[in-house]
Amino acid sequence: MFYRETGQFKTNYTDDMAIFPIRQDRIGIAIILAIALILPFVVSEFVLKTILLPFLALSVAVIGLNILTGYTGLISLGSAGFMGVGAYACYKLTTIFPEVNIIIWIFASGFFAAAVGVFFGLPSLRIKGLYLAVATLAAQFFLQWAFVRIPWLFNYNPSGAIEVPLRTLFGMPITGPTAELEVKYLICLGFVIGMTWLASNLVHGRIGRSWMAVRDMDIAAELMGIKLLNAKLLAFAVSSFFCGVSGALFVFLYLGGAEAGTEFAIRLSFLILFAVIIGGTGSMIGSFFGTAFIVALPTILKFGAPAIGIAITGATAEKIVLMIIGALTIYLLIVEPHGLARLWQIMKQKLRVWPFPY
Amino acid sequence: MMLHVSPTAATTGIAKGEVLLNVENVSLRFGGVKAISDVSFDIVKGEVRAIIGPNGAGKTSMLNCINGFYFPQEGHITYKGVRRQKVRPHEAASSGIARTFQNVALFKGMTTLDNIMTGRTLKMNVGLFWQLLRHGPAMREEIEHRRKVEDIIDFLEIQAIRKIPVGKLPYGLQKRVELGRALAMEPELLLLDEPMAGMNLEEKEDMCRFILDVNQTFGTTIALIEHDMGVVMDLSDRVVVLEYGRKIADGTPDVVKADQKVIDAYLGVAH
Ligand SMILES: Nc1ncnc2c1ncn2[C@@H]1O[C@H](COP(=O)(O)OP(=O)(O)O)[C@@H](O)[C@H]1O
Ligand SMILES: [Mg+2]
Repeated sequence: MFYRETGQFKTNYTDDMAIFPIRQDRIGIAIILAIALILPFVVSEFVLKTILLPFLALSVAVIGLNILTGYTGLISLGSAGFMGVGAYACYKLTTIFPEVNIIIWIFASGFFAAAVGVFFGLPSLRIKGLYLAVATLAAQFFLQWAFVRIPWLFNYNPSGAIEVPLRTLFGMPITGPTAELEVKYLICLGFVIGMTWLASNLVHGRIGRSWMAVRDMDIAAELMGIKLLNAKLLAFAVSSFFCGVSGALFVFLYLGGAEAGTEFAIRLSFLILFAVIIGGTGSMIGSFFGTAFIVALPTILKFGAPAIGIAITGATAEKIVLMIIGALTIYLLIVEPHGLARLWQIMKQKLRVWPFPY
Repeated sequence: MMLHVSPTAATTGIAKGEVLLNVENVSLRFGGVKAISDVSFDIVKGEVRAIIGPNGAGKTSMLNCINGFYFPQEGHITYKGVRRQKVRPHEAASSGIARTFQNVALFKGMTTLDNIMTGRTLKMNVGLFWQLLRHGPAMREEIEHRRKVEDIIDFLEIQAIRKIPVGKLPYGLQKRVELGRALAMEPELLLLDEPMAGMNLEEKEDMCRFILDVNQTFGTTIALIEHDMGVVMDLSDRVVVLEYGRKIADGTPDVVKADQKVIDAYLGVAH
């Protein structure tokens, strides 16, 4: 009930530097985790499949782009391309070494995306803002082209698509058509928790501070001894790593098969960027708000509106979704760059002084 | 006071009173504009060296040459006995030069604490792996440096604004945080570009006290650009006067104050 820090005195720096210094916050996180664990067993298969799985898979990419755009101040429109690199890397790895567990390969595919990300991040030393966005757009188009034109990547399947094979963990199918949705969900959840923990560790330490310094005032950052190129390339590497893992999760645990030409297209890159802006740049929790927004809104409109008697076709719903997301993004860019995460903070602040606001 | 922050003097080999930085015949042009013309002066270890002159005289440009933002077209800068070629700002930083800016250049979205912690970057070296885990060596290092930063926060009396994003602070406090960030680097040479500009009297007095304390307690050498002549006379050991990019006087405050050229060029105009 009472959300406040009164009486919780920090007597050492370790406590004060904790990522959730307030006890109620820690309890809150524990409750959210507990809910996340039982959720797949109480919601319908439909919700699991159309909302929860894509939410988990995409949130990793949104965190990744938030590291690059929100924390380091570099805009990228190549996120979907980097996700694709992860997905294809995972596909090739598990094809070539089927005996190694798929979970290891999902994680390892992040390294391939990171390498590609660093390569396309090289121009960021010289160019910023809009020009960098255009450069990453070129990366996006190049990668999209490669996914379609290099048949080796999709094992020469005549369909041109990744066909996710059956892989198991302790004898239980976790990928492929026979894997249970609940199992896929729990694997995804494990990745999301682990990756969020790593990202939040990183942004709270020296490296995170260097990124934010580069974002806020690059000449002063250089004067602190921060090498701009290193800091920016590291941001590209970590960000693309997250996108790569997200892409592998997206295909192997959510879609179950994908054509990169359509799945990892520029549209997804934009959606990820919008999720970062809507959720709040430079905020971990905001990344989840933003992802929830872009994942849930289409489903709610497409299936929720007809349910309450508003006749709306799938195609119209799709367009309305894009309009809402676009308008909200522009609105937030102008009035509240910290997005939904800021509303969350204001709410917590209100709660902290409640019921005596003065 | 700052009990744990030790001066770096022991590591340098330059003793108090010896030349720390020598500027020889430096000229700097921007296209047709001559910002600095053939200026020479030196900064001696342990002193407070003021650089004064009317607006546009080239004072800020001189600091920019010293810390590697600009490369002078002519002349040389010798630092700790080594004549420097093209030095990049991060190299200047690792050789012990820190500075503050005329128009505060803080990291606006970060808290006071994080801004000052950033000043410790060069002294922190635990790598990516432990940073990802935020345990073991990474946490030990973080705590060790947090301690030093807290000493600086106590010294500058800014405990109350520790966790506030600096973009929300009033200008006077921002200047103080910026000084804190520079101090966190434990510099050997501290360049201050108009640290008291835009402050009220009380804030100015505080800032003067901090600058003197830094100089006297830690032996940090300071190059100070300042317009307020009273402050310059009180704080500095020696003064160099620039006008239109040229040096017109150089000496102790009393000598400079009595110099006719200075009176005409600067004091006459300003007061
Ligand atoms: N980056 C720059 N590009 C062009 N001209 C500059 C630049 N920096 C400074 N100047 C010029 O150099 C001269 C000296 O400026 P500055 O060093 O800022 O003077 P001060 O700090 O003494 O007021 C001015 O005429 C200014 O216009
Ligand atoms: Mg100036």
